[in-house]
Amino acid sequence: MGKQGKFMNTDRVTPSYKAVEERIKGFNEFLIPLKKEEVQEQGARCMDCGTPFCHPSCPLHNLIPEFNDNVCNNKWEEAYNNLIWTNSFPEFTGRICPAPCESGCVLGLIKDPVTIKNVEYSIIERAFSSGLVKPQPPKERSGKKVAVVGSGPAGLAAADQLNKAGHEVTLYERADRIGGLLQYGIPNFKLEKNIIDRRVDVMKAEGITFTTNANIGVDIAIEKLQKENDAVVLTCGSTIPRDLPIPGRDANGVHFAMEFLTQSTKRVHGDDIPKDEIIFAKDKHVLVIGGGDTGSDCVGTSIRQGAASVTQIELMPKPAEGRTDQTPWPTHPGPRMFSTSSSQQEGCEREWSILSKEFVKDDSGKLIGVKAVSIEWKPDNSFTEIEGTEKTYQVDLAFLAMGFLHPDHGGPVAELSLDTDKRGNVATDQQYRTSVDGVFAAGDMRRGQSLVVWAISEGRECARAVDSYLIGGVSRLATKAK
Amino acid sequence: MKKKTTDKFPNNGLYDPRYEHDACGVGFIAQLRGEASHMIVKKGIEILENLDHRGAVGAEKNSGDGAGMLCQIPHDFFRKEFDKQDQTLPAPGEYGAGILFLPPEPSQKKWVIERFTAIVKEMGQRIILWRDVPTNNNSLGKMVREVEPSMAQVFIARGEDCDDADAFERRLYVIHKYAQKMIRESGKPGSSYFYISSLSYKTITYKGMLTTSQFPDYFLDLSDPDFTSRLALVHSRFSTNTFPSWPLAQPFRYLAHNGEINTLRGNVNWMRARESIFESDLFTPDEIAKLLPIIDDTQSDSAILDNAVELLVLAGRSLPHVMAMLIPEAWAGDSEMEEKKRAFYEYHATLMEPWDGPASIAFTDGHIIGATLDRNGLRPSRYQVTYDGILVMASEAGVVYYPPEEIEHKGWLQPGRMFVASLDEGRIIDDGEIKKELASARPYGKWLDNGKIELGALNRVPSPHQPDHDSLVHRQTVYGYTKEDLQIIIRPMAENGVEPIGSMGSDTPLAVLSDRPENIFNYFYQLFAQVTNPPIDPIREASVMSLVSFIGSQGHLLSETEEHCHVIELPHPVISNDELERLRMVDQAHYRARNISTVFAADETKPGSLQKALEDICKQASKGVADGCNIIIISDRDADKVHCPIPSLLAVSAVHHHLIREGTRASVGIIVETGAAREVHHFALLLGYGASAINPFLVFETIEDMRLRGQLGVALEAKEARRNFKKAVSKGLLKIMSKMGISTVQSYIGAQIFEAVGLSQELIDAYFSGTASQIGGIGINEVEQESLKRHHYAYPDQTLSENIRLEDGGIFKWRARGERHTYSPDTIHMLQQSTRMGDFELFSKYTDLINHEAEEHNTIRGLIDFVETTPVPIEEVESEEEIVKRFFTGAMSFGSISIEAHETIAIAMNRLGGRSNTGEGGEDVSRFEPRANGDSARSAIKQVASGRFGVTSHYLVNADEIQIKMAQGAKPGEGGHLPGGKVDKIIASVRHSTPGVGLISPPPHHDIYSIEDLAQLIFDLKNANDKARINVKLVSEVGVGTIAAGVAKGHAEAVLISGHDGGTGASPQSSIKHAGLPWELGLAETHQVLMRNDLRSRIVVQTDGRIMSGKDVAIATLLGAEEWGAATSALVVSGCIMMRQCQLNTCPVGVATQDPELRKNFPGKPEYLVNYFMFLARQMRQLMAQLGFKTVNEMVGRSDLLKKRENVEHWKAKHLNLDKLLARATSPNCTAYQTEAQDFGLEKAVDHQLIAMAKSALKDGAKVKGEITVRNVQRTVGGMLSAEVSRAFGGQGLPDDTIYFKLDGSIGQSFAAFGAKGITFEIEGEANDYFGKGLSGAKLILYPPKESTFDPHTNVIVGNVAFYGATSGEAYIRGVGGERFCVRNSGAQVVVEQVGDNGCEYMTGGRVVILGPVGKNFAAGMSGGIAYLLDIDEKSRGRINIDMVAIEALVDQKEISEVRSMIERHVEYTGSRSAKALLDNWNPGRITKVMPRDYKRALADLAAEAVGKKIERASVRQEPL
Repeated sequence: MGKQGKFMNTDRVTPSYKAVEERIKGFNEFLIPLKKEEVQEQGARCMDCGTPFCHPSCPLHNLIPEFNDNVCNNKWEEAYNNLIWTNSFPEFTGRICPAPCESGCVLGLIKDPVTIKNVEYSIIERAFSSGLVKPQPPKERSGKKVAVVGSGPAGLAAADQLNKAGHEVTLYERADRIGGLLQYGIPNFKLEKNIIDRRVDVMKAEGITFTTNANIGVDIAIEKLQKENDAVVLTCGSTIPRDLPIPGRDANGVHFAMEFLTQSTKRVHGDDIPKDEIIFAKDKHVLVIGGGDTGSDCVGTSIRQGAASVTQIELMPKPAEGRTDQTPWPTHPGPRMFSTSSSQQEGCEREWSILSKEFVKDDSGKLIGVKAVSIEWKPDNSFTEIEGTEKTYQVDLAFLAMGFLHPDHGGPVAELSLDTDKRGNVATDQQYRTSVDGVFAAGDMRRGQSLVVWAISEGRECARAVDSYLIGGVSRLATKAK
Repeated sequence: MKKKTTDKFPNNGLYDPRYEHDACGVGFIAQLRGEASHMIVKKGIEILENLDHRGAVGAEKNSGDGAGMLCQIPHDFFRKEFDKQDQTLPAPGEYGAGILFLPPEPSQKKWVIERFTAIVKEMGQRIILWRDVPTNNNSLGKMVREVEPSMAQVFIARGEDCDDADAFERRLYVIHKYAQKMIRESGKPGSSYFYISSLSYKTITYKGMLTTSQFPDYFLDLSDPDFTSRLALVHSRFSTNTFPSWPLAQPFRYLAHNGEINTLRGNVNWMRARESIFESDLFTPDEIAKLLPIIDDTQSDSAILDNAVELLVLAGRSLPHVMAMLIPEAWAGDSEMEEKKRAFYEYHATLMEPWDGPASIAFTDGHIIGATLDRNGLRPSRYQVTYDGILVMASEAGVVYYPPEEIEHKGWLQPGRMFVASLDEGRIIDDGEIKKELASARPYGKWLDNGKIELGALNRVPSPHQPDHDSLVHRQTVYGYTKEDLQIIIRPMAENGVEPIGSMGSDTPLAVLSDRPENIFNYFYQLFAQVTNPPIDPIREASVMSLVSFIGSQGHLLSETEEHCHVIELPHPVISNDELERLRMVDQAHYRARNISTVFAADETKPGSLQKALEDICKQASKGVADGCNIIIISDRDADKVHCPIPSLLAVSAVHHHLIREGTRASVGIIVETGAAREVHHFALLLGYGASAINPFLVFETIEDMRLRGQLGVALEAKEARRNFKKAVSKGLLKIMSKMGISTVQSYIGAQIFEAVGLSQELIDAYFSGTASQIGGIGINEVEQESLKRHHYAYPDQTLSENIRLEDGGIFKWRARGERHTYSPDTIHMLQQSTRMGDFELFSKYTDLINHEAEEHNTIRGLIDFVETTPVPIEEVESEEEIVKRFFTGAMSFGSISIEAHETIAIAMNRLGGRSNTGEGGEDVSRFEPRANGDSARSAIKQVASGRFGVTSHYLVNADEIQIKMAQGAKPGEGGHLPGGKVDKIIASVRHSTPGVGLISPPPHHDIYSIEDLAQLIFDLKNANDKARINVKLVSEVGVGTIAAGVAKGHAEAVLISGHDGGTGASPQSSIKHAGLPWELGLAETHQVLMRNDLRSRIVVQTDGRIMSGKDVAIATLLGAEEWGAATSALVVSGCIMMRQCQLNTCPVGVATQDPELRKNFPGKPEYLVNYFMFLARQMRQLMAQLGFKTVNEMVGRSDLLKKRENVEHWKAKHLNLDKLLARATSPNCTAYQTEAQDFGLEKAVDHQLIAMAKSALKDGAKVKGEITVRNVQRTVGGMLSAEVSRAFGGQGLPDDTIYFKLDGSIGQSFAAFGAKGITFEIEGEANDYFGKGLSGAKLILYPPKESTFDPHTNVIVGNVAFYGATSGEAYIRGVGGERFCVRNSGAQVVVEQVGDNGCEYMTGGRVVILGPVGKNFAAGMSGGIAYLLDIDEKSRGRINIDMVAIEALVDQKEISEVRSMIERHVEYTGSRSAKALLDNWNPGRITKVMPRDYKRALADLAAEAVGKKIERASVRQEPL
């Protein structure tokens, strides 16, 4: 497989981005795809390891050496078949996954890892453009019906798999558009929304019914779904954001990141935003509180909206530049290793070990600043404020991007009195069964906030459990387990 | 026959007497002319005594393995004995005499005698006298005496119904077989003693479980001057066992055998299959019934061979005819053989498969005496004739002394050759004459022309089957195909005709422990030769190999007619669809085929369907036979959505054994049409269990599908791809056969060279009768379940929108959805992280994972738990620092791994006081000295493997331990090949070879063809360094315990039982996966057998193979190992991440690569390894405390503290039975760990004298000279002296001729082994095998005694395998050298007058001048060095194997003068007249140069100084042999 020894004399090449000044003019994706031959050459860097750490490092256990080999040998259809076998939506992960696979890549021990994510991106984009992705409705229908609540990546994946198994699937989304966080959490410049539409069209053609603006537990009683279906799958996400209850929290201009991002995407779609709800960063000093991916998305969105300045602060200390003993290969270091996102490249100040103390507002209640102080972390994971480091940021807009706590405990959770776990997520057994018979849960709602790739995995594995439940035997759907 | 051994030693463990081996010294003396004399008997005894070192003694010094003598009936002596009893002895030929072994207890003895008397009477003959054989057992050991039989001589007068002496001889044979059967089978007390040593009117055999020195004293008859004979055939036995067995002493009735029948199981089955069709004019049907069974398969292989010979001779063939038939020459590949002779062999091949294996057989019927050697010639046989007509033949020269001037001629028996002395004619009949006579006796060639049909000549019938791509994936799935099968197995076979290669061993579960439905093939493991018989090199010695077989009805064996050869010849065991149709539709007069469909209803609700289906196909087969069919086609092609295929192996073996039981097997050939066979291992198994040919239709279809999809890397025609696949199967099959030492597929068919793991005894008995399966396992119902699971997956109830896909597999490469591996991403990461950080807590998590995975049924030990017992406080347990010294690391050569990895491991082990191993590749001398910081990179264990790379005297004296590698877990029985591209300057210098020149390790050690040879090598190495412990590395397989007992008796001080899963740089996947057993089995068997033999206290037992946690170490100890090894885990700790691509030289972490850039990435440090082993020791110590042991020693072998886990619920694993494995062996005479030193008898060595004489040279390099007389029993002369030189003066030794000894006589084996520079030996006399082995700079001069009258130029003077592994030095030999002269020579300069077969094989350096003809297959595998041959004609030219060499003219003036000066020195030192004549009329044009092509190129490159760069950039692929 691969090209023997190719890794020794070929360097890693990833697609370049359009120049910052160019890309921040709009909300479109800015990746400049590699040529086919360049991708093949990158695939050839794969060493086809006897123990491929990339493969278990991927939550979907994608068959990475296989598709690298296919690509390097110009076998794009086989590559697509290998990819789609384990990953329902490579077009999403190929764009926005932080690629734990590449962290696990063995080549990463001695050189830059294989560009697995971009190979994946290239495979699926070629598959779409060459017509390989076409509706494949099930050959037979089982006569069973399933309702999936929530159209984020977990819900989409579950619906897709259950439909493949021949069940009649209706997907309910409370928002006006399909996709959940894919739609409104991730800005267009990272995932153009026609990518979602393209997939939804295929799924519709395969027989899945999509119902938007359907807020289960509010507009439609969950009981109705239970009655009309043989199983219900809840994939409602982890939607309750972590708040920052410091003085001045009520200031006008302090928003959860999701409010800002959702509105921005709607604007890109051309939707009208009621005036009193407008959150717009143009000419404003923006402070993003939280150093993660959502924070980055706020940074990139603010810049595109023409913010006067963007600053991003993080409570945790600045991570090491490379791997440490705490983040040894092949672990995915995530935020524990320093990295710069494309949005951060576009121009923002970043500070670490900053504790926000107070939102300062003017008399009208409008946010004008944030008081903060530098802190010192101790080995026992506690911190102390450093005297004399108090400062006030001049801020017009502050976005809270400090993660999510758990799913909404209202809605179906309340209606069905579902058990929750210690962290407030919906509790299930290993077969994704909630405390109510016939009701399953998956994704962030069950697992807590996580990556899109995990959500897809959750949806797929849950679908398999549901299928087994429905057929009363062992499902034939693919699984990542043995 | 019930073994007496089983009476005395109740067996509840793993020991099985079927795996006993013996090897021996054999010899005879005959008086060609004149009267019988007592002198011959005396000389016979002398021969026996001089073969003493080829026999063995057990734990008791006075317990021998057996010695005996066969002579003519001593009529005069018997007459005297009759006279004493006032009886009249009839005339010679009118009576028969025999020696009977009887029960010693009088009433039992009385019963046996009465019964025997009655049988003789029943057979119409009359006993005229009983006589007690006077014996003296005073010197016998207790063990032997306890089972000593009472010996009686019986005299039977010829009855009137016997027309002549020969008829009488046949009647005696019937009496013998019938009596033996009736009495032994009576089951009466003492009946198991009964044995007839011989019963004949011509010959008599005296033998017993004696040492050679006990023999003459034991049998008083033999010292009587009236005891005369014209011949004496003697045998000294070296058995792996010491369980007393008197009958197994040799000679038997017709022969004495030094060797091993590798195909025994098949030969026995086939003989049994033919029994029902025996007919003979010479025996009545009633007599034939009394003779059956012909084969008593509870005996040794030699005894069984004798059974067959006896039948065939008495049924009318001459003894030479029978020998040529059973042990044929390699006729198929011999271009020199004349047509008639080839026809003789081919005709007989249609009657009977060869009894294949290394064999030197001496045979006699009282009128003629002779000897024959198998086709490979792997046993020595030397002979000489005196002017007085005394012929002496023996395993070595010098066994009996005759003054040189009396010797007329000296010779040696060459491979496949026979020679016979006719006492009636008073002359020697050579091979040519014998074979010519045999070949002309009947019109064999004409018969073959009329009778034999070649497959290709049958009418062409196109196959009706068309490929169906749509259903392919379903059908592949039914037969268990995975994506890996396509990518890793089939693809390289179809693309390039090569076997799939892998590395880093196997760490997946045994089939019986796997959760997935396993193919039944995966329950079987290939057996392989280690120690007792040599594997073959099927590439370099291809001419002895053959894949041809025949099918059709076999005629009865006892006559020869044209009808007998009405067979169809199959040129290859893999047949195409079209070829299968030709057979299926065969329309010739003599042939009919019957198709049997082997599928069963795929219905999970009806268990038992498989068993019923098997019964049904057996019935169909019987019916086919009854209907006169002679070809049965077993076909699973009908498998579909509702039909599940019967596993093809099961179907074949079931039918094969059913027909054997029914007695009809010989009348049909079995062909298999199966979708399952795709790996070489599958084909081997189908053949091994009875198929003659296989049509793997689905693999052909798969290849075609892959081809059309562009999944083959190269563009190929369909036909080419199929041909490539067949070629790959051929290579693989030849390798699998070779590793057991089997040359022909014909004898491989039905030979069952496999053992099973995880199959129940009931299943084995029903379908695979005779196969070992030591721990039980699944039955037919589980096999059915596995088949149904696969079927269900292939044809699911539920339809998805996607088609089914082949499963990932994950066997060869880890996959999340695939098979479990002990080395998973998790375990690798945790092991590395914990040892780097020194984090014992994390390490414990890692071992929890390992132990847990084991419990998830990855390994046998995972099924084992500790018994609860009283713990001891941990403070009282011996320290971790002491425990850790018992660890060693595995043999990994510098070359297979980088110098960085190699030295890191060595330094770590030296810091710990453990031991690292050089591996097979030498060691740079700079490592022998400690480093400035106190570290040492010197490997304590120096390995000696078949290639002998870098094995010099200096290397050996720098060892604490010397390990002889007999086998390697990942590829037991195979050699290796380091391609030229990997041999850079450093590797070349360490291995004493040339950069850029490939290095081949032969499959066998060419100085170990048998157990007594191993004893010899052990002795050699002990001489080379008496301070080093000698260790023998074996690989776990059934019977390894018995081998280990032989190894202990051969004086090894440690034995390593290596598990099958060990890593390797490159090996065929078939060997990685399907050869060798887990160490648990081999270790337990070894410990048990050593205890039973009271040998355990004489040897350290070690084990290795995936020992990864303290629990593993504890279990290994409790099963019997006091030292433990790690190899793969040590690499992982050093940074290996299990790429499993070591063969590609692209290891990214610099472990298994020589690439300088990649080596920079090596992340390992000795500290990590120190942490690792200390952690293991800490865990071991904790377990010792828990189990109540204060010392490791007291823990060894305490398997009573182990039990099978009670909660094993796995659907397959729960059927395993570990009782035999866990049986504790105890002995009152023997400790369970090593406490006694081996007695090498070094104090008797001549070298003490030599060293004393060389004192001033050794002290300060003064020149010394001396003279001494030597004998053949003095072995390894010069070895200890060389060690002293190397110790005192290092690798460079002394200036030439500093120590000069002149020796007279017949020198023993291994003369001047590892002879160091500065020593010269001038020998006037002759030499035996292994002359100049490992020569390390010494000079050897050998010429015949000045008084000799024969022409030295044509008489043999030195035995086989001279200068094996020589690295430097020179030698001048005036005379003929034996087989494999200068094999693996890498630097010695030698002049010799002629050589035998396989000369200069695998040579990599040095120069050899040969002043006369060479034998066959000269220069095979020769990659370096140069040979110069004089006056070669077309015939000699044809004998040169030109695969690797070019034949060139000698033109370079400098080279001419160098060669001339070698010849001048030869004349000067030896007085060679032929060399003198050459110089006198000097014409260099007469000399031809044999030049390896690689070597020539490398020398040119070296000259251009380009090699370094070239190699750095070379991207190479290591191909194993």
